[in-house]
Amino acid sequence: MITLAHLLTLSAVLFALSVAGIFLNRKNVLLLLMCIELLLLAANFNFVAFSRYLGQLDGQIFVFFVLTVAAAESAIGLAILVVLFRERRSINVEELDQLQG
Amino acid sequence: MLPLILFYVFATVLVLAAVAVIVSRNPVYSALSLVLCFVTSAAIWLLVEAEFLAIVLVLVYVGAVMVLFLFVVMMLDIDLEELRAGFTRFAWLGWIVAGVIVFEIAGVVLTHKLGIDVTRGAAPLPANYSNTQELGALLYSKYAYPFEIAAMVLLVAIVAAIALTLRHRPNLKAQDIGRQVAARASERVRLVKMDSEHRE
Repeated sequence: MITLAHLLTLSAVLFALSVAGIFLNRKNVLLLLMCIELLLLAANFNFVAFSRYLGQLDGQIFVFFVLTVAAAESAIGLAILVVLFRERRSINVEELDQLQG
Repeated sequence: MLPLILFYVFATVLVLAAVAVIVSRNPVYSALSLVLCFVTSAAIWLLVEAEFLAIVLVLVYVGAVMVLFLFVVMMLDIDLEELRAGFTRFAWLGWIVAGVIVFEIAGVVLTHKLGIDVTRGAAPLPANYSNTQELGALLYSKYAYPFEIAAMVLLVAIVAAIALTLRHRPNLKAQDIGRQVAARASERVRLVKMDSEHRE
């Protein structure tokens, strides 16, 4: 039988892997966006698990909203990425210093 | 017993795919591994009887967001070597932070039990229970206003994405539909009166 502890531990591992991914791919905006998607997935795992095991559907409604906001975020993030690449021919985070005085 | 075996299989695939997302050399492989992550997550959500969200995850994420990611990855001509340089420089810090997070969360879950019994299974649902129907009833009554706001967020995202990537090229040849529609035959065809020519 799948218990709450199973799901929470899996979610913790997923969350930790995506945090490590943010450290590893700190130059690549595209990979950073993907790692953020993975973080949100790990958070959603907790919502689904608690909603199911406490018998309250509100958590699943919240996952629905998180998915909506994550979709909007990645759409705008990728649009900014495309504009950035058009301007600089690079998506390296370290080169983004145009606002520096 | 079978759900637990399936859970372990999917969880293993999920973790391996997540590792592939963060360490693979090519962003296309990362995006495809992320697709695998979402699909296996949807399978696990099916196992814990959150059917609607599992389908939404596959349709919205795999069907729309990851296709968008793949489009952008393939559209940009990225210098991978430059981005990979120094890849392992802060890797130790990343792995330490990851280890600490796992240790903390697993410690909280397994020792303090969060005030509830985390080692019990979920209460079984009746045979005619419909997850989608229940979610819909909740979404259109208690959460009607947040639902409307979510729709607005998506609309703003569409407008922002288009406004950001739209560009006007100065010497682009395009039709002016208004002028085409407003044109009249009398303005376009000019009748010229002239005498007929005589053959020599």
